[in-house]
Amino acid sequence: MPDIHTHEPDDHESVYDGLLVNDAHWAFGTDFEDPLAGVDTTVPDDVDPAALAAYCLMLGDDALVLSQRLAEWASRAPDLEEDIALSNIALDLLGQARLLLARAAAADPDVVPVLPEDSPVPDEDRLAFFRDDLQFRNVRIAEVPNGDFAEAVVRILLFSSWRLALFEGLSRSRDAVLAAVAAKGVKELAYHRDFSGRWFVTLARGTEESRRRLVAALDGLWPLWAELFETHDVEQAVADAGVGVAPAEIAAQVDVVLEQVFAASGIDRPERGQLAGVQGRKGRDGGHTEALSRMLAEMQVVARAHPRGQW
Amino acid sequence: MTAVLAQSDVLEQAWAAAATVVDPELPMLTLLDLGVLRDVAVDEDGTVVAAITPTYSGCPAMATMRDDLVRTLQEAGFPGARVRVVLEPAWTTDWITPAGRAALAEAGISPPGPASRSDGPVALQLLPTRRAVTCPRCGSADVDLTSEFGSTACKAMYRCLACLEPFDHVKEI
Repeated sequence: MPDIHTHEPDDHESVYDGLLVNDAHWAFGTDFEDPLAGVDTTVPDDVDPAALAAYCLMLGDDALVLSQRLAEWASRAPDLEEDIALSNIALDLLGQARLLLARAAAADPDVVPVLPEDSPVPDEDRLAFFRDDLQFRNVRIAEVPNGDFAEAVVRILLFSSWRLALFEGLSRSRDAVLAAVAAKGVKELAYHRDFSGRWFVTLARGTEESRRRLVAALDGLWPLWAELFETHDVEQAVADAGVGVAPAEIAAQVDVVLEQVFAASGIDRPERGQLAGVQGRKGRDGGHTEALSRMLAEMQVVARAHPRGQW
Repeated sequence: MTAVLAQSDVLEQAWAAAATVVDPELPMLTLLDLGVLRDVAVDEDGTVVAAITPTYSGCPAMATMRDDLVRTLQEAGFPGARVRVVLEPAWTTDWITPAGRAALAEAGISPPGPASRSDGPVALQLLPTRRAVTCPRCGSADVDLTSEFGSTACKAMYRCLACLEPFDHVKEI
């Protein structure tokens, strides 16, 4: 929320302070905007706020991490239209992440990393930029390094088909904030799924080379697919409380969609076992591939260097 | 200023000011025509509070809309004006007013048709989305989708096969 700063003339610590007098002069203001400003974030009475926050971190981290991966495509896609499409999908996911991380922080302030007292960094940015890889709760399919365009298409198809089904269920969540975020997200995810589904068919039915690449991408990502339908204790707890969705419950529904795409493409369902966790720990437990720590190092370095940064 | 005005006058003036703010990406549209400005109210201590709703979850224009609203209300004599977020009911393109649709077409942007509504699971669409789109320049219905994502996430790119001009179409969501 922008407010009028009242700096005394002799209070200048920096020559730039004069620029901060009235936020409304600036296109984006100099204060951070609370994405949930004025929204009632009261947690339903019989719901454990810690469980709701942990769950929102899972869903938020999924979106944040894949968004960052897709953003790496900017200026590198096969043509301009697809470049913009990938950036727009990344942007949708970033928006979902922002709301979900803010919802996590509002439900349970204890999840938010502590920064110096005078830090202006908002809660959702603290969660995005000041947690280590072991504290991230995203599924691993979001974090693995980018491959070719076929890999991006397959990953978006798998991710959006799964997440769309989750969000359709979540739009009936007893948590009004989560329900509203999901209802909005459903429309976005439907576009992501259609976009990737069409490209999947196009590549499968294109040239020998495009089909070879598509099959290779599907084979490469398939070991990460089963993880999406394992129900973590946190997910089970929020599902039982009527605020979350147990991923195992949507497996059949998502399967029907994938079969439609496979049938239209003349592609067989891969037969590959799933990637094991580290000592049984997978993404939802904070068990990640090495790729996540490298990605976060790049994503977080500037924010961490300036915990009091005002942008 | 607020002290000398009746509550209803304050509200009327605040609404009038807020209603002039335009979308930063589609400046032919006011936030009111876009359906993003949901409410303007005066709270107990006389502060003007405008309510806006996001279009897309990650729409980068939201911060600008908020700041434009605050600045306009400040300049209109409401120094403490605030903006709050409303998430529900979710915005759809059906919130764009007829005047807003006319303004879009006038500016060469194809306005959205009715948004689809379904209570069950969203059906997969593997064929290009069929929309009743006509060229905003020549009116031809002989148009071709070039990309589902255009200059902004909320628009798709089309080309007109009659007059050969490319144009943006605001997607139905």
